[in-house]
Amino acid sequence: MSARSPAARLLQIELPTLLIVLFAIAPYVWMVLTSIKPTPELAEWPVRYLPRAATLDHYRELLSRTSFAGNLLNSLIIATGASLLGLAVSIPAGYAFSRFRFPGRRSLMTGFLVINMFPIVLLIIPLFILMRSLGLIDTFLGVVIGHSTFSIPFAIWMLTSYFATIPQDLDEAATIDGASRWETIRHVILPLVAPGVATAGIYIFITSWNEYLFAMMLSGQSVRTVTVALQLFIGEFTIQWGLLTAGGTLIAIPVTILFLLVQRRLVGGLTAGAVKS
Amino acid sequence: MSAAALTSVPVAHPQRADWTPVWFLLPAVFVTAAVVLFPVAQTVWLSLYDYVIYNPDGSRFVGWGNFVAVLRDEVFWISLRHSIVWIVGVVGLQFLLGLVAALLLNESFWWRGLARSLVIVPWALPSVIIGLMWTWMYDFNVGVLNDMLLRLGVIATPIAWLARPDTALGAIMLALVWQGFPFFAVTLLAGLQTIPADLYEAAEIDGASRWKRFINVTLPSISDVIATALLLRTIWVANSLDVILVMTGGGPGYATHTLPLYAFQRAYSGMEFGYGAALALVLTVLLLAVVWLYVKRASRDIAR
Repeated sequence: MSARSPAARLLQIELPTLLIVLFAIAPYVWMVLTSIKPTPELAEWPVRYLPRAATLDHYRELLSRTSFAGNLLNSLIIATGASLLGLAVSIPAGYAFSRFRFPGRRSLMTGFLVINMFPIVLLIIPLFILMRSLGLIDTFLGVVIGHSTFSIPFAIWMLTSYFATIPQDLDEAATIDGASRWETIRHVILPLVAPGVATAGIYIFITSWNEYLFAMMLSGQSVRTVTVALQLFIGEFTIQWGLLTAGGTLIAIPVTILFLLVQRRLVGGLTAGAVKS
Repeated sequence: MSAAALTSVPVAHPQRADWTPVWFLLPAVFVTAAVVLFPVAQTVWLSLYDYVIYNPDGSRFVGWGNFVAVLRDEVFWISLRHSIVWIVGVVGLQFLLGLVAALLLNESFWWRGLARSLVIVPWALPSVIIGLMWTWMYDFNVGVLNDMLLRLGVIATPIAWLARPDTALGAIMLALVWQGFPFFAVTLLAGLQTIPADLYEAAEIDGASRWKRFINVTLPSISDVIATALLLRTIWVANSLDVILVMTGGGPGYATHTLPLYAFQRAYSGMEFGYGAALALVLTVLLLAVVWLYVKRASRDIAR
């Protein structure tokens, strides 16, 4: 590219980038700022941008006087459960897709991809009926299974492409050395794809942590997740913005960190090869 | 393909049929069948009945009745129209903003790494939080958006953005644009980074202007990524309903009804599972072409 003068760079690149970055983070920053304002300042007009007297009162109230801490724990259990269940079924599937050529392989992979694209509304109605007849409404297992619906097919695709990056020669060398298939997978392949497995696991975790509709349908009081609980601070006439933004901040910070950790790998998986070619 | 190539296949794989992949795939297939395929089949079945959840035995077979009713349903057509406006507007704006962001983030400047990380923040957040954050910003009495627009002199009095039929849909669309543009920024950036620098050098030696280089080098080089990202995003945006549900629940009136939201409303608020299922199926059929295009692109990869 032809060189631009420093002044032109500042004006043509850095300034517009700054505007886009501000657009991206402003609502987030606004949420955090709101969460540390004392309640009277929330209702001030014109709007007070920076808190006059920052306070953690909303957080204190949220964690001590509401069931939010329990909801956080529920979300943690459900998202961890979904990740473990998801990995348990998608690791072997990804391995099989990458290591074997068998009839129907292509259609099966395509099938998993198509399932990923189904409208959620198509599924929640009967899934609710199914869970109800199995007695799984308002149980950890029920929500975990519901959350696996969409992440498993995608995790399989991601893991297949990670497994495919490990040369088959390694499997063969291990087999010649007398290792069983299971030993080969455990001691040779899995350590090499560990970063991919971690990414898939974190992806399922984030999806489950952020999910709202299934959690709302399938959970009641006992396993309520944070995204569902947050909605409850909206009363018919009043909305408790201090509690809401404090809750939002507590939910958002861990996923933002996790997301930043894996985003590069995620993108490659999402565009399914288009970027590579 | 020659006959020799065909006959050489069994020689290359002399073993008996290997059942190992079947065992490896069984758990995934079983779980997926249980939580996706079975429910989808049930949705098809439900759509043919006048199904009421608390009295399943009282449900009547109505055949195509639900679908006929869908076509006669004024709210269906309103929702479909909103869905089209919604998809075209949201995906289009997300793409434009994402493309600009990607081009900027592909340049080198000292805080580029930080900018790349910050731009994707909206993508990480749960829809519920996005809906609530934007509802708070749109607030009529104390919303920061009204405050800023008043200070800038754009509006004279505060506007109840989410309560007015003429502004509600647009207001929600802006929130969705915000949520999804980072996806385009990141995927298109990944595409830009694969363009070899000598293509630009060659174009520059030929005297191509910056704009010409963008049209003739950049765009063709990332057209594959653009197509895939557009298809994927269209499917997601078309199916998304949680942000609307949180922000307006479809109101005021039917002003922010889209197809998935309407299907959801009829099924849950109305408890008309059969009708909701029919609406969901119509949405699926309408989306099938986009899904098919996406799958066709993505599955080129499997052929390897």
